[in-house]
Amino acid sequence: MLSRRQFTESAVGAAAGMILTACGPKRLYEAPKDRIKAAIADLERKYKERHGKAIEVSDAGPIPGVHFAYALDISRCVGCRRCVYACVAENNQSRDPQIHWIRVFEMEKEKGVDFSHANPYYNPAEVPEDGHFYIPVSCQQCEDPPCTRVCPTGATWAEKDGIVVIDYDWCIGCRYCMAACPYGARHFNWAEPTIPEGEINPNMHYLGNRPRPKGVVEKCTFCIQRSRAGRYPACVEVCPVGARKFGNILDAASEIRYIIEHKRVLVLKEELNTVPRFFYFYAT
Amino acid sequence: MPHETAIDSIRLIGGFARGSAKLILRGNRAYWMWLAFLGVLIVSGALAYSGQVRFGLGLTAMRDQVSWGFYIGNFTFLVGVAAAAVVLVIPAYIYNWQPIREIVIYGELLAISAITMCLMFVLVDIGRPDRFWHLIPPFGFLNFPRSVLAWDVIVLNLYFAVNLVVATHILYRAFHGKPYIKKLVVPLVLLSVPMAVGIHTVTAFLYNGLAARPYWNSSILAPQFLASAFCSGPAILLVVLQLLRRFTPFEIQDAAIWKIAELMAYAMFLNLFLHGAEAFKEFYSNTQHLAFTRYWYFGLGSHHTLVPYAWSAVALNLVAFALFISPATRRNLITLNIGCLATYAGVYIEKGMGLIIPGLTPDTLGEIYEYYPTMTELRVAAGIFAVGFLLFTLMLKVAVPISLGEFTDKAKAAAAQDAVIAGAHTAQ
Amino acid sequence: MRSRAAGIVLALCGLVRLAADGSKPPAASNPPEHLEVPPPPFSEGIFPCSNCHAGMPADRHRRELTAMHTEIVLKHDETHRWCLDCHDADNRDVLHLASGEHVPFEESYRLCGQCHGEKYRDWRAGVHGRRTGNWNGAKTYLLCVQCHSPHQPRFRALAPKPPPQPPNRTMK
Repeated sequence: MLSRRQFTESAVGAAAGMILTACGPKRLYEAPKDRIKAAIADLERKYKERHGKAIEVSDAGPIPGVHFAYALDISRCVGCRRCVYACVAENNQSRDPQIHWIRVFEMEKEKGVDFSHANPYYNPAEVPEDGHFYIPVSCQQCEDPPCTRVCPTGATWAEKDGIVVIDYDWCIGCRYCMAACPYGARHFNWAEPTIPEGEINPNMHYLGNRPRPKGVVEKCTFCIQRSRAGRYPACVEVCPVGARKFGNILDAASEIRYIIEHKRVLVLKEELNTVPRFFYFYAT
Repeated sequence: MPHETAIDSIRLIGGFARGSAKLILRGNRAYWMWLAFLGVLIVSGALAYSGQVRFGLGLTAMRDQVSWGFYIGNFTFLVGVAAAAVVLVIPAYIYNWQPIREIVIYGELLAISAITMCLMFVLVDIGRPDRFWHLIPPFGFLNFPRSVLAWDVIVLNLYFAVNLVVATHILYRAFHGKPYIKKLVVPLVLLSVPMAVGIHTVTAFLYNGLAARPYWNSSILAPQFLASAFCSGPAILLVVLQLLRRFTPFEIQDAAIWKIAELMAYAMFLNLFLHGAEAFKEFYSNTQHLAFTRYWYFGLGSHHTLVPYAWSAVALNLVAFALFISPATRRNLITLNIGCLATYAGVYIEKGMGLIIPGLTPDTLGEIYEYYPTMTELRVAAGIFAVGFLLFTLMLKVAVPISLGEFTDKAKAAAAQDAVIAGAHTAQ
Repeated sequence: MRSRAAGIVLALCGLVRLAADGSKPPAASNPPEHLEVPPPPFSEGIFPCSNCHAGMPADRHRRELTAMHTEIVLKHDETHRWCLDCHDADNRDVLHLASGEHVPFEESYRLCGQCHGEKYRDWRAGVHGRRTGNWNGAKTYLLCVQCHSPHQPRFRALAPKPPPQPPNRTMK
């Protein structure tokens, strides 16, 4: 029935879960620091045993006075999808079945920002195509997220720095959050995720890019393993046209605030009152 | 009356259990063929499910774009069936209408079977069934009151408990030749009326509250759920009651059956009216939100997998309505049963596929992925239905003789006493 | 109309410069705060230009080059400008602003910013152009010319990375 490896893996997962969930605060949301550290040490050790490679799982908390925001310049994006694959590599997304946290939509200039006429499967020889522009979509890290509201087990919540995170060991995979998300930002592990051996990113965060198990939901976390260490997310760094901007919306000197003040900024599906922290703008 | 000691209780329960086992294991050819058929479906479902557990939910046709499907559709339909038991309770207890009173228990047994199936459908749908205990405080955490799913967990289990307590209490007391304790039963039964409305309203709110899904985010959803539940749920019961009338000494008055059918007709009218109102709003206002309704009834572009189902559901519902609203066809057993089948099938399609899939197609960013269930999903669903039917069959196998007074503790005690007296006579 | 006026202004500046005393350019007006930028992306061996141009007399006539630098196709307002509108005629190791002020290649952004003021302001704020590093640390900038060839600034079309797999009923 189950292979020995699958059994061991689920036993490992269960053991890691047990440390946190045995008699006491259950979710990582409530777990005290030492329990989190114990679970992380467990993860790191078991990973080293299984793959012979060392990983580092961070438990960095939100930086006080920081609320992350993102801005994407749709007058610049050319639809090259380098952000999609940089994200896949950075965040240890499953290659088969394929999971992409970022989805780039090719829109028609005539129709404007209208998703009923959007195409994510464009594949011309060169981009940008005449008469089209491009809108990449990933988790909008809403201030009032519908996904955290509907989760029956409280496995997903918004952190103090605005990042909406998922406790992969608590999620039961009911996918109510996926029904609730207006932006299609959440993705499910429909089968055991696979990452090629040499391509694992060993710099992880326990709420971010550590490898996920089958049967749970995952999504963009603003590269929590990078952003809480002061760095730009991978998508921001790789974009060849510099369309992606990231920073602390509470910092008046940040790029984000400059954009909000000087550029025409819009958010997707504003009427739904989710208050996204992901802005789209036109630089020219 | 001497006070029942603990040992007496154990003896009585044991007697009840042994007697029930005897009843279940005794049946005619049709009974055993039915059980065998259900057994095959259950085994097939279990095998399919174990494959799904091993590989992952990828064995279903659900994907990110359509993340809920056949399992949740069946769940929604069956919550309606469970809620419909109340259709019988209202005339029986609130209007004290005797012809229905004695069959209320069968509505409750149906509710118990239906809720069992609901819980099973949820279990097979979640990605981590090993983590279902995460929902149960104090071991887990239930996101009450923010998450409507948390509300649903509570009310469904509460409704299940109420029906279970009432049904087992009534049957157990009847088994001992004693009347049920009115002070316990009547408040619970009366409570089950708003609870039935409650479970289906909460289930409707699961979908209703999602602003991301305009097809569901319509105020009409909760009333429409109730209407479709009340016209489809009793259909099964009507068929079962007729079977009971036919094959057991059980007496059910025609008036009871006709009254239930009449109430179903009114519920179907409401269901059709609400659908019509929804269709008007979508087609007349002609916003982009029309896409979902259009996908269901007419397809979008080259995507029209669900269109035959949509119009079949409409046709079946209209036929059912016509047959139930006219007293002539309502009282004719053939047309009555055609109506039962039609309403069950029509609402099953419209609430199962017709609610979940169009709500998610096109997806939130305009993409169309045409979902229809895989063999795994069909086998698992058939297995769960078989479990529900099996549960209902076995419960009826015990409940009917109890109701008829054939299966009682007293009868056994009297027989034992007769044996002692006979033995004493022969000894003399 | 505007580019014509600009052309005339530049020409006048040039004349003024010629008429001015000696070949000393005017002092820098607003020295920029120091920006951390990578070195300019010179072609191999091309810099310092004075290796070849030190002894060469400057030919200020506007023409198409035939002897050298023939691989450079100018597509940057080429109807109104040519090489020496940006490259200093007397010192090829620097560029010059409209005022005549010399700017080293490391500060070429000041030259771009003359005409592309809005983009220059955005670039200084970190909003235009690619940036790597830290959102809360030292800001790194790329030179304009790191992404935009100064002779042919328009971005070349890129080959897109593969599209996502559309959802498939069969996963096994």
